[in-house]
Amino acid sequence: MAHPLPDIKDEPRTGLPPYPMPRADRCPFDPPPTLRQLQAEAPVSRVRLWDGSTPWLVTRYHDQRALLADPRVSADVMRDNYPHVTPSFKARRTDAKTFISMDDPEHARLRRMVTGPFAIKRVEAMRPAVQRVVDDLLDEMAAGPRPVDLVQAFALPVPSMVICTLLGVPYADHDFFQRNSRLLINRDTPADAVLDAQHQLIDYLDDLVGAKLADPDDDLLSRLAAEQVSTGELTRRELAVMGFLLLVAGHETTANMIALGTLALLQNPDQLAVLRETDDPKVVAGAVEELLRYLHITHSGRRRVALEDIEIAGQAIRAGEGIILANDIGNRDEDVFPDPDRLDIGRDARRHVAFGFGPHQCLGQPLARVELQVAYGTLYRRLPGLRLATDFERIPFKHDGLVYGVYELPVTW
Amino acid sequence: MRVTVDQDKCVGSGQCVLAAERVFDQRDEDGVVILLDAEPPAELDEDVRQAAVVCPALAIELSE
Repeated sequence: MAHPLPDIKDEPRTGLPPYPMPRADRCPFDPPPTLRQLQAEAPVSRVRLWDGSTPWLVTRYHDQRALLADPRVSADVMRDNYPHVTPSFKARRTDAKTFISMDDPEHARLRRMVTGPFAIKRVEAMRPAVQRVVDDLLDEMAAGPRPVDLVQAFALPVPSMVICTLLGVPYADHDFFQRNSRLLINRDTPADAVLDAQHQLIDYLDDLVGAKLADPDDDLLSRLAAEQVSTGELTRRELAVMGFLLLVAGHETTANMIALGTLALLQNPDQLAVLRETDDPKVVAGAVEELLRYLHITHSGRRRVALEDIEIAGQAIRAGEGIILANDIGNRDEDVFPDPDRLDIGRDARRHVAFGFGPHQCLGQPLARVELQVAYGTLYRRLPGLRLATDFERIPFKHDGLVYGVYELPVTW
Repeated sequence: MRVTVDQDKCVGSGQCVLAAERVFDQRDEDGVVILLDAEPPAELDEDVRQAAVVCPALAIELSE
């Protein structure tokens, strides 16, 4: 049900819609109805954040892409009026700044240190290893008790094992880093607990970088330690912070996509049947793009600050004002994706903004794609009778997560 | 169709390679775009247009 919108024109500073806003009760796969209404009626308009600030919220696909690619728009979290997601994000901003919170040229310098390993061919070469991880986990699941929580048994271990192998982080420590990264990405975790989790993870990676410097292995952290730390391009701490970013980003997002995607497919049996019956990698790849578009799990908006006055969709944004790009509703813009609220794995969804747009677009997207293609392409064929082991209404969604998904997904087959 | 790429703008997302692998590749060391074919055959037009549309850095320019 749509929430009534206040008259924004008459009351420029009060009565603004809060952001983020709740989803409709019975539509856990759809963005909040208020976003849809704003997209139709006021595609660039102010919202109110947790701290009372009133940045611009941009809801249409083309406006979002234009701003995310605009060099007059900054991602620097240190700027005044940067629209912070939570108090804890604001508190931790100085502590472990990564290139996702910087502008060029520093952003480009740091990002380019890690783009090589995520190039398409390099990631494609990892596909057999990803397939082995998926097959082994499914062997274990198939031999174990039912029902089982798909999040713990499959969705989380797949990307966690893969990113550990790539980085050279011992998977045996997964309880430690999964616990801390869970704290980091919950909107309700108190600031001191977030800072503590962040410190623990960075200290852990700092120790690991030290070990790689002394005794290099065939992994990304070892390579970066040798190429960047030994040459003075990065300090050991800076590499630890970069490793922290890759480790956290590398498993939470894909894990949520695997579990939420499976739930969405179970609720759309005709779509699931297509995946179950195909062995065409193009069909699977198309399904991955559509699920990325439709589910858009990074539901906290992409956050920026205007460096200069910018006019967008007839609205003037002044230099120094905060901007939020709600890419979840951008992916449901009917001017770009006809019948946008329908999950249709046969459509061409490749132009979605699930990974963002502009210079900060997700670095790990090629790896995420391969993981999702292998996971979706294997799970439903291996366990054709897969079904929910609880009522849909009882599934706990991550309404409080920085990244959307489900906390658990009891399944049987 | 004529294709040009801006390697300074490129952010190495690899989207162009996924869309048109006969026209675009990536440098090994940093994933930056390499243009394999500046005047690709007409049957690749649609793939090349797709590559330009999805490039997050707007680093691909096309002229007919």
